[in-house]
Parts: sequence; C-alpha cells; structure tokens
Amino acid sequence: MGSRAEGSRGRWGIQMSILLDKNSRMVVSGITGSAGSFHAEQCLKYGKGIVAGATPGKGGQTHLGVPVFNTVHEAVKNEGVDSALIFVPPPFAADAMLEAADAGVKLIITITEGVPVLDMARVKKDLQRRNAAGQTVRLVGPNCPGIITPGQIKAGIMPGYIHKADGPIGLVSRSGTLTYEAVWQLTQRGIGQSTVIGIGGDPIAGSTHIDILRLFEEDEATKAVVLIGEIGGTAEEEAAEFAKNHMSKPVFAFIAGKTAPPGRTMGHAGAIIEGGSGGHADKVAALEANGVTVVENLSEIGKTVEEKFMGAAQAA
Amino acid sequence: MKLLEYEAKEIFKTFGIAVPSTGGVIRDANDIDAALKKAGDGPWVLKAQVLAGGRGKGGGVKLAKTEAEAREIAEKMVGMQLVTHQTDAKGLKVEEVLVDQASDIAREIYFSVVMDRKSGMPTIIASAEGGIEIEVLAHEKPEVILKMPVDPDRGLEPYQGRRLAFDLNIPQKQIGAFVKMASRLVQVFLKLDASLVEVNPLILTPEDELIALDGKMVTDDNALFRQKELAARRDPEISELEREAKKTGLSYIGLDGNIGCMVNGAGLAMGTMDTVSLAGGSPANFLDVGGGANEEQVTKALKIILRDSKVKAVLVNIFGGIMRCDTIANGVIAAAKAVDLKLPLIVRLEGTNVKEGKALLQDSGIKMEQADSLWEAAQKAVAAAGESK
Repeated sequence: MGSRAEGSRGRWGIQMSILLDKNSRMVVSGITGSAGSFHAEQCLKYGKGIVAGATPGKGGQTHLGVPVFNTVHEAVKNEGVDSALIFVPPPFAADAMLEAADAGVKLIITITEGVPVLDMARVKKDLQRRNAAGQTVRLVGPNCPGIITPGQIKAGIMPGYIHKADGPIGLVSRSGTLTYEAVWQLTQRGIGQSTVIGIGGDPIAGSTHIDILRLFEEDEATKAVVLIGEIGGTAEEEAAEFAKNHMSKPVFAFIAGKTAPPGRTMGHAGAIIEGGSGGHADKVAALEANGVTVVENLSEIGKTVEEKFMGAAQAA
Repeated sequence: MKLLEYEAKEIFKTFGIAVPSTGGVIRDANDIDAALKKAGDGPWVLKAQVLAGGRGKGGGVKLAKTEAEAREIAEKMVGMQLVTHQTDAKGLKVEEVLVDQASDIAREIYFSVVMDRKSGMPTIIASAEGGIEIEVLAHEKPEVILKMPVDPDRGLEPYQGRRLAFDLNIPQKQIGAFVKMASRLVQVFLKLDASLVEVNPLILTPEDELIALDGKMVTDDNALFRQKELAARRDPEISELEREAKKTGLSYIGLDGNIGCMVNGAGLAMGTMDTVSLAGGSPANFLDVGGGANEEQVTKALKIILRDSKVKAVLVNIFGGIMRCDTIANGVIAAAKAVDLKLPLIVRLEGTNVKEGKALLQDSGIKMEQADSLWEAAQKAVAAAGESK
C-alpha cells in the first residue's frame, strides 16, 4: 500500500481524488467526430480539463475553443497533455490507444464501444511492455462511461449534474447507466462521491476492479467504496479477495445479472456466463465471504450505504 | 456468434487442419445416399448440428455400419427435438445432420484456444484426457489441464507447440504434425477474431494420424466489421425476433416471463430484470435501447416487446443522462400511440428534466402508471401483470 506520507499524491503521480482532478490536461481523440464533439462540449461545460483535440488532417483548426492537432504527440508537445479521452470508432480505437500511449500520456480513457477483443489483447500487451520498461501509462475502458471527479472534472459521457462533489464514496463499475442509478441514489441522500470510474463492460479491460480499489484505498478523500459488477468473468471474485486482504475501507457491492440466462451475451460483450463461470451466485458468495456488503435490491444501494456506512461514520 | 460443428470444421479444413472425410450436412433424410457416397466407405457417423453439448448422450450422435442403418438414423434424426443437459426440456430442433466417415480412435485429446480475460492473452487449454467436457474435467481433474498463453501478434511459437506435444504424450514421430496443427488452430483464432476455437476430441488414430474429430467456434461480434464472411452467416442461436431487434440496433434477448422490459444501458437492463424478479415477477426479455434512447428507438423497442405474446405488462425504466427525460417522455408517448398500446404500462423516468418528463406523461392522456423508484415500478409491473392474466 502507498504510504500516507506521500500526501495528496499517489503512486501514479496523479493528484487525489484518483486519476483525474482540476489540474489534469486532456486531449480528446476524435474531437471533431459527432460523439466526440458532443461529449467534449459537455465535459467542458462541467469543468476545465480538455485542452486539446486530435484528429488526423484537422491540425491547426480550433474546435470548442481548444486547438486541434494532427497527432496526440503534437498535443503533448504543444499543450502538455497528460491524459487522453478517446471517442474514435471501433475499427480505429486500438490505434488511437497505441498512439496515446506512444505519445507518453499517463492516463487513457476509451469510451468507444465495440472494440474487437483481439485488438484489446494487443493494446494490453503494448501497455504492459511500456510499464515494464518504466513508462507509466494506465488505460480505463473501453466501452465505459469514463471518469468523473465531481465538482472538478468530467472525462466521459455521464450526466454531470447527478453527482455530488466532495463526498466520501468512491464508485467503480462495469456499467454506464447502472452507475448513474447508484450515483443518483447516493446524491439524493446527500452522500457525495470522491471519484466515479466506469471500467467498462468488455472482456478485456484496461483497468480492473482491483486496480481501482487499490487507488481508492490509497486516496484520502475516499472513505468507502461502491463496486458495481455484473455477470461474466471472475473480476468480482478477484476484487473480493483483494478487498479482504488489502483494504481497510468498507466496500459495498451490487452485481447485475441474477436473472440472466447462461450462454447469452447480455448487451455488454463481457456479460456472459460461459463454461460454468461468471455466474451471479459465485460472485455474490465470494464477495460476502470476503466481508463485502452485497446489496441485493438495486434500488437500495443508496439506502444501504447511508445506513451501514454514513450511520456508522456518524456514530464513530 | 457460435458456429455449428460442420461450419467450424469447414474452416479448419481451409487452414490445413485434418478433419474426417465428410459427406457434408443433410437437411432432408432423402439426401443420405449422396452424403454417404461423398463421405466414402462406411462405417459413418451421423451428428445432429445443434448448439448444445452432450449431443451423444441425447441421441444426437449415431454410428451407422450399413447404408440401411444410416438411412434409418437419418430419418429419425432430421427434424427431431434433441434434449441434452445444456438445452431446456423442449430441446433444440435438429435442422441439419452432418455425415462423416467414422474414424478409429486410439486416443482422445482436448484442445482449445480461448481469450483469457485476466491476462488479456489468447490461451491454449489442452488435456491428454479429451472426449469429455472441459468443465467436467476442470472440476474433477484440474491437474490434467494444461494452459499456455499465446502472443496475439506472433501466434504459437514452435517451442510452445513442442512443449505441449511432449506434455500431451504425442507419439515421437507425430510431434511435428501436432505442432503444425496446434499452430494452425491458433491461426484460426487470430485470423478470424474468434473468442473460442475448440477441438474435443482431437484424436489419434491407431495409425497415429491426428484428426480434429469435432469442432466448435465462437466469434467476437465486435470484430464482424472486418470478418465479412462470418458476418454474412446466419447466427443459428438467436430467434427471429432477436434477429430483427439486432437489425434495428437494439440489444434484445427473449426470456420466459411476462413483464416486458425496456431499459437504457445493458447493466441497468440486467438490474431491472433482477428487480422485477426480486419483486416476485418474471421478466419477458432483456432489452437495451441504447444510451441515447430517442423517440424512434423507443418506438422500435416497444414494437419488439409487444411481438412476444407472453407479455402482460410493459415496464419502461430509463435513466435520462445526456438524453433528457422530456425527450424520452415524448418518445414513450409517441410509441404508445403508434402501437395503440392496450397492456398496462409502467414508466419510471429519472435524470435530467425529470419533472418536465413526468408532466408530459401525465398530460398525454395515455393510460400508464408512473413510479419514482425502480423498486416501485417493478412492484407495480408485477401487480399489473398478475391482474391482466
């Protein structure tokens, strides 16, 4: 675990709350496309952070008030960007991630849904190679809503206003709208969020539940974590074990897909029960066995956090 | 998308992987004679082409020693409902039967290539004890399963193939042939963007020939844009309704219950199904209208839901994020009018402009119940579905 003496800077060299804050400098890959343009504008309305765009062949233009470059490398050189937000369509998304990593950004957030899994295997291999060689680069996504540090910066497609700033809850999720539902329940009860991260619903994700739990554990602003998972894979089982062995902060979890039939992909490419693994019951059992509070009723996430964490925190 | 056995084996063959001599598939028992002739000398094996494991035990794999026997089996098998431990009680209708020349089996090996989520690497799973399902083997004898990660760019290195061959006790003179076959199966995985390539069993004949006796493939739907040949195939697993929904950009999966669900986002759609079930009801479907649910999508979704005659009530659960609730409300109103909805409709809207959205629904003149929370909506839907039975 990172030492508290590091103050507000974690081991990734990014100021707390985790991964992104008001000092972040982002480039948007695909800023001139329809999705990229629309969502970059929403992000800029929420807070600063986006300082450049990158679209091949559109270098020299200004879009949404920020300079557009032909390459991410130019954006890094001219604007000192440290993170990239990717809206590039699926056939070109892997290339955009590789470009951002090569340009030296520390954080890549890929919103794009539908990236071929084999492309992600190649991207993951490249990032592992870079990190092993001493570069620091982290990927969040693909197929995710992005990251928001409420009140400071929004890097993604989530509606900003449903969040409440300066709160104690860190939230990590494989799903988009399910996250909004959970955040909204917290906000309505007056419980704010430190950082909310969507890690995406694809089989191969840049960051896993464990990666984000580790950051939340180190983050001083975060006092408890809500983990939202779904059927498919074993990421929740691994997160459960991590929570038990490495986390001092309480973890609450909701797992979607109790009623999902095996063998069918439930919208998200990664949400499939296959070969006897990835089922709901196994995940819930693993989480509960490792001391995580599992919320059964989706409508009671906010209520449970309020009663079991806020209540306890007040009493203490 | 899952491919049928014969489709997988046809692909294997184009990659130079040995498969049994085959007469192809028949869809009509009368075509059996031509298929037998094409397959070569008997005996033959007739195999029901359905996407379920355990076909042998269910009567979907039969050996025929004579032509008369083959004819008799074909007549029974084409059109039968095949029930296995992987199907429901109704089973799957056998539309196609594969006619292969039977092979002599000395040994059965399990071999597959999967995408390992945890490492993010294509990974070979193999075992010297083939022929039974890998899940069963993993449960009963995990120690006999070999795992080997493969570089997604380079494929199987020869030394990796040799290690596998020795660990699987492949006869000395067939080591080279095995390495070639393993490497080609990895190429099938990489070149065709598969998420699973499985050969179970991969056999050794008494003459030490290596043959892929069975074949299974699952492709990555995300990669279909660059796999034109695969994209053109008909997914045998999905229903007509699911196929139609897919065409209009909706993610829909039919289920057994009676409460139609329309939700934006896959996770929330699953969560909504779970909530309906927790409230004592049963969802009729999974349906994700997409993150930006607009009027057109909502109308299409409602039409699809109502095509399922089991549906007794419709639950709409939309979390309006970027798409505002008033826009969604207009979509729901237009959709209900367009399909002349008679069933109970329960709507739960939340998010941006929720007040305006709710007011629009209230003033629309369309009969519906609104709910403030998903739990309330689910309870109302369960009650409504119960009453309208």
